[in-house]
Amino acid sequence: MQATSHAFKENAHRALRDPDLQAALAKMRHGSVVRRASAILRLPEFEALRDQGRAIKDHVLANLDFYLTCFEERVTTAGGFVHWAADAEAARTIVLDICRKAGARTVTKGKSMIGEEIAINEHLALHGITPVETDLGEYIIQLRNEPPSHLIAPAIHLTKEQIATSFRTAHQDLDPARPLGDPAALLAEARGQLRERFLAADVGITGANFLIAETGSTVIVTNEGNGDLTQTLPRVHVVLASLEKVVPTLEDASTILRLLARSATGQEFSVYTTFSTGPRRKGDLDGPDEFHVVLLDNGRSRMLGTEFQDMLRCIRCGACLNHCPIYQAVGGHAYGWVYTGPMGAVLTPAIIGIEEAGHLPNASTFCGRCESVCPMRIPLPKMMRHWREREFERHLQPARMRLALKAWAFLARRPGLYRLAAWMGATLLGRAGRGSGAFGSLPLAAGWTATRDMPAPEGKTFHALWRARSP
Amino acid sequence: MTDGRQTVLDSIARALRREGPDEATRNALERRLSDPKRNLIPARGQLAPEARVALFVEMAREAAATLVRLPSTTAVPAAVADYLRHENLPPQIRIAPTPELQNLPWREWPMLEVSSGASEGHDPVSLTPAFAGIAETGTLMLTSGRSSPTTLHFLPAAHIIVLRAETIVGALENAWTLLRSSTGDGTMPRTVNFITGPSRSADIEQILQLGAHGPRRLHILLIDAGQTS
Repeated sequence: MQATSHAFKENAHRALRDPDLQAALAKMRHGSVVRRASAILRLPEFEALRDQGRAIKDHVLANLDFYLTCFEERVTTAGGFVHWAADAEAARTIVLDICRKAGARTVTKGKSMIGEEIAINEHLALHGITPVETDLGEYIIQLRNEPPSHLIAPAIHLTKEQIATSFRTAHQDLDPARPLGDPAALLAEARGQLRERFLAADVGITGANFLIAETGSTVIVTNEGNGDLTQTLPRVHVVLASLEKVVPTLEDASTILRLLARSATGQEFSVYTTFSTGPRRKGDLDGPDEFHVVLLDNGRSRMLGTEFQDMLRCIRCGACLNHCPIYQAVGGHAYGWVYTGPMGAVLTPAIIGIEEAGHLPNASTFCGRCESVCPMRIPLPKMMRHWREREFERHLQPARMRLALKAWAFLARRPGLYRLAAWMGATLLGRAGRGSGAFGSLPLAAGWTATRDMPAPEGKTFHALWRARSP
Repeated sequence: MTDGRQTVLDSIARALRREGPDEATRNALERRLSDPKRNLIPARGQLAPEARVALFVEMAREAAATLVRLPSTTAVPAAVADYLRHENLPPQIRIAPTPELQNLPWREWPMLEVSSGASEGHDPVSLTPAFAGIAETGTLMLTSGRSSPTTLHFLPAAHIIVLRAETIVGALENAWTLLRSSTGDGTMPRTVNFITGPSRSADIEQILQLGAHGPRRLHILLIDAGQTS
């Protein structure tokens, strides 16, 4: 997809003024946080499992060469094929080639963020092959020609009324007077529409939550069962996965699985967790004849050994999105590319460049909730700060912002002057705002006061308050 | 193709500042793979047999599966007939082609239309065996093979599963041990399905609904000689 991350500010303003989006976001804000918290409360070992999950991924990243080649060897032994793609274009070419050799006309797709990252649907359609998204949320946004707005709930930005309208437009063969008021009717309609598509598809493409080096297995985790139908029914199964998805053993995958569903949806375990190893065996009554795994790099190996390596521990649970005050306010589309929220603010610049995505690591209050809920303990705010530093080093910020940062740095290095400036600011603003306790407008601060009041300081600086407290 | 492989591996080598692991590291890594160690297993995955079965039942029901206990597999046909009648489902069932299920006394239930094999997509109800049950989350483990086609787990509108109480293990790790010892040579079945409750989706306004693309109903027949109800 064409990135619009450079327009984050405009995107965010539009999002804040979109009543449908705000209504949809209001429904997610609380629920996902509460569900995760109660699931974790039931598992006393959760914090210890987080430490182990982090250690497993760190170990893999330190030995990524070894584990990837092991995985490749085991897939080949099981009768499958591994294809290595250095970038998105290479991956698209590989997938198209597999589809062409299979004589494919339609391709069903399970949910895959790598599929979004390499924009495989557009590429297949361009070459006369019809891609059909089968995850309910992905199906909805494919009908609307939109990118996903959330890692695990791609249509979270939509209301059921908007979805009903899309279904009426897309499913013209059905009775126009049919009731589509409640989610159950919408779900039943999508199930009916997709059933024949599953059975007719020539190739099924899924993502992978894990690749197992020990066995050469790929793993998907879903709730709907669409991923399993996608990979079981067609003659050819293609798995799209990025390099860092590999883990050593089934035991290691089990440990991280205990973190994944609880962090993502607050479930004890997702409904379907499926391990696939190679194509259909001799005597099997179903399953694909061909099994392909496409390993995508696309900038990830360049993150190894840098201050961004920890990001490669990410298991795409979406907890950081669900807990982010920025994401909760503007939704996923404002981020302008495939990955959104705090994880997107760190990963997107690494993949499409800080020039395009410089706003994203700035779209944070550094409240730290993302890091505190991340099952893999990824220091997201710290990495956003690293991106800001790189941005500064490369002179990518506007002149006014650089000037302001320089002015602040000048004061911060001179404590006496800093205290004086802070005292003047606090005292003057405190006096001016004594009446109402807040400002509706302030010179140089329209960006703040246009949408909310600026609370007036109470007249004392932090330094002064701190001194008063100390014994 | 080879080029892509070399490009990626070269890039990783540059980042790790090494051309593959040295001898000692490689040996240690090989050992880690050939003799997999368990990580932390939650206390709830380490219960004694009786409590383990009770936890499985509780967790499976919490995940919206239904469950009945039977004294032996001979009681399966009657339980299936009961279930279909109770749920208002057509008396038509597709079973996994394994003698364990095929040789049950189906003839005593002539109104039941029983066929076996993979699913073509239009079967209302399937009946399959489970390889194991996992108590910590109420999860069923099903493996693919000549006598257990995977389509039966996903295409029918209702899925009935026969689970023997003695195959219920505490944690996921115990299930892997069981699987490794059953295949002997360490090869995985083509597909291993872990199933926890019926299919669902919350993609529309975060409202949870059962029956997305997989079965709307998941019914477990727990064969438990020690305890009948």
